[in-house]
Amino acid sequence: MAGQGPLLAIEDLRTVFRSSAGDLPAVDGVSVSVAPGRTLGIVGESGCGKSVLSLSIMRLVPRPGRITSGSIRFDGRDLLTLSEGEMRGLRGGSIGMIFQEPMTSLNPVHTVGRQIIEAVSAHKDLSASAAKDVAIDALRRVRIPAPEKRFEEYPHQLSGGMRQRVMIAMALSCEPRLLIADEPTTALDVTIQAQILDLLKLLQQETGMSIILITHDLGVVAEMADEVAVMYAGRVVETGPVNAVFGDAQHPYTLGLFGSVPRLDGENQSLLAIEGTVPPPFALPPGCRFNPRCGFASDRCRSEMPLLRPLGPSHQAACWHAPVEAEFG
Amino acid sequence: MSAPLLSVRDLEKHFPVERGVIFSKVVGHVRAVDGVSFDLAEGETLALVGESGCGKSTTARLVLRLLEPTGGSIRFAGQDITRTPASALTPIRRAMQPVFQDPYASLNPRMPVGRIIAEPMEVHGIGDDASRRARVEELLRLVGLAPYHAQRFPHEFSGGQRQRIGIARALAVNPRLVVCDEPVSALDVSIQAQVVNLLKDLQQRLGLSYLFIAHDLAVVRHVSDRIAVMYLGEIVETAPKSALYGAPRHPYTQALLAAIPVPDPVRRRAQAALGGDVPSPMNPPPGCRFASRCPHVVARCREERPKLRPMGEGHLVACHRAEELPIPAIPSLAPHPPSPAVARRLALAAERRVSP
Repeated sequence: MAGQGPLLAIEDLRTVFRSSAGDLPAVDGVSVSVAPGRTLGIVGESGCGKSVLSLSIMRLVPRPGRITSGSIRFDGRDLLTLSEGEMRGLRGGSIGMIFQEPMTSLNPVHTVGRQIIEAVSAHKDLSASAAKDVAIDALRRVRIPAPEKRFEEYPHQLSGGMRQRVMIAMALSCEPRLLIADEPTTALDVTIQAQILDLLKLLQQETGMSIILITHDLGVVAEMADEVAVMYAGRVVETGPVNAVFGDAQHPYTLGLFGSVPRLDGENQSLLAIEGTVPPPFALPPGCRFNPRCGFASDRCRSEMPLLRPLGPSHQAACWHAPVEAEFG
Repeated sequence: MSAPLLSVRDLEKHFPVERGVIFSKVVGHVRAVDGVSFDLAEGETLALVGESGCGKSTTARLVLRLLEPTGGSIRFAGQDITRTPASALTPIRRAMQPVFQDPYASLNPRMPVGRIIAEPMEVHGIGDDASRRARVEELLRLVGLAPYHAQRFPHEFSGGQRQRIGIARALAVNPRLVVCDEPVSALDVSIQAQVVNLLKDLQQRLGLSYLFIAHDLAVVRHVSDRIAVMYLGEIVETAPKSALYGAPRHPYTQALLAAIPVPDPVRRRAQAALGGDVPSPMNPPPGCRFASRCPHVVARCREERPKLRPMGEGHLVACHRAEELPIPAIPSLAPHPPSPAVARRLALAAERRVSP
């Protein structure tokens, strides 16, 4: 949205894991931002650093990982300078989070209602009956039928889709301004995924919250996101408005992802697979990290790391040879 | 047309549900597979598609005789194998091999890859040590790995490479049928494409037949000749690929296709998502099992269970209203080619592919 500052702005963030081989960067110089009421999609494959990025925003990176530099400004404050107590007030409060596995994120020995009340009480000083009202209202808002009955049930009595609704209800009970959704529909069947995505869109319209959606699924990003950041080996390789990244994809890795997806509207004879695998953080190649898997790679790519540079309105890619047709066409 | 390689008729698998600790008694049955019939021709790929709990994996296990069927029959290469005793199954198992979903759990972490791949040959008494070693090298090359990988252990490989090892093991005894249970769903999309390309290439070179279990209809369109859509233990629609994607007739197939998000932001899914959850397979509804979620339900659907009926060339549909219902426009099936700029770059990338 023009004229409005971002709700969350990450600048040059670096999160490393300490090991005997030195500091291994899982997130290496990432800058992304999300405006109020908008959705940022972060796409990438296993090991690209997208989940460590989301944990870094919450300052929940597990040891031996730590954030070594950069800033994370949320609503004008740098989260990296807050005390642990202040941070605890934000987690589950102004910043909500939902994860991929709704079964392991819920406590199996407590009722759904009790767990939502626990989340609410951590951030609001409410009487027992008022907290229960808030919890039941949260279940109703995520369109769970018969919320009073579900309130008394245990997680194992719910289906996967219902459990993810409960997680969303819990995140929403404290009216977050930012929701971080890390692969929220990956464990769900496709018809249930569609329900959850519809629900997230609806709730965003109702509350005006921003969403950071982390996923490996290009279809989910295309459907949900306003802006997209494509990550590879700890870095953002392409970013921009969703229509630009999909309609004018520039980075060979982004193109590789598109070529790998089997199409539902017809047959691509042979999938354009990206050969090789994502390099682990202890074996990053010099220069562009994608160069060993890239058909356009030159000597420069093998020695000098490309930075993001503008290729269209707010559209950037980190490739020495973009647009590739100018040089190779 | 010659006789099918695999022919399954009215296959059933009911799992008893027991209650009580000391005096346990059966309180019901989960009808995991409830009257499934299909044929698979030599050299063909048939996909069984559906969501969790629809019975597709149980069907695969029944075909492999890893589970005992409750009812129905399985004919493989002209022989009824439904009740073949375990002792007589060995030669049959040699001709049908599985590839499993999880490349982490399906390889023994204590065995070097060479032994993993040689083991089926040992079990079936094929060749001697030297010839088996040569065959392992040949298989490793066949699946895109290198002979020196035989000395390594599974943990040294990535998910995609492990799936290649699993495929090499399945091919070690020259099977005619490979039962692939979600072979690519645990893999990242770029790796998934590598494995899908490999499976297609192997089929052409070796004349394999695949029974391909999957939930991803886009992958299925890419690999299969015919598709059977399952819901709650039953096949609700089966058709050649072009008919299923060109004119899906069952409301569940339509909903399944419509729910897939399209990787193109200008074609976002417009329809409301299918409501509700899959009912429990313990007490399936008496009529059509999809009735509780179907947007086109009428009274008859709740009373009478629809049978698969022919609706054209090889197209069978189990829906009372299949003839009268119009085929909706499904946005995910409408052509959504990449933009000219992206198409041009993809073509350049294809020309300049890095060799594996």
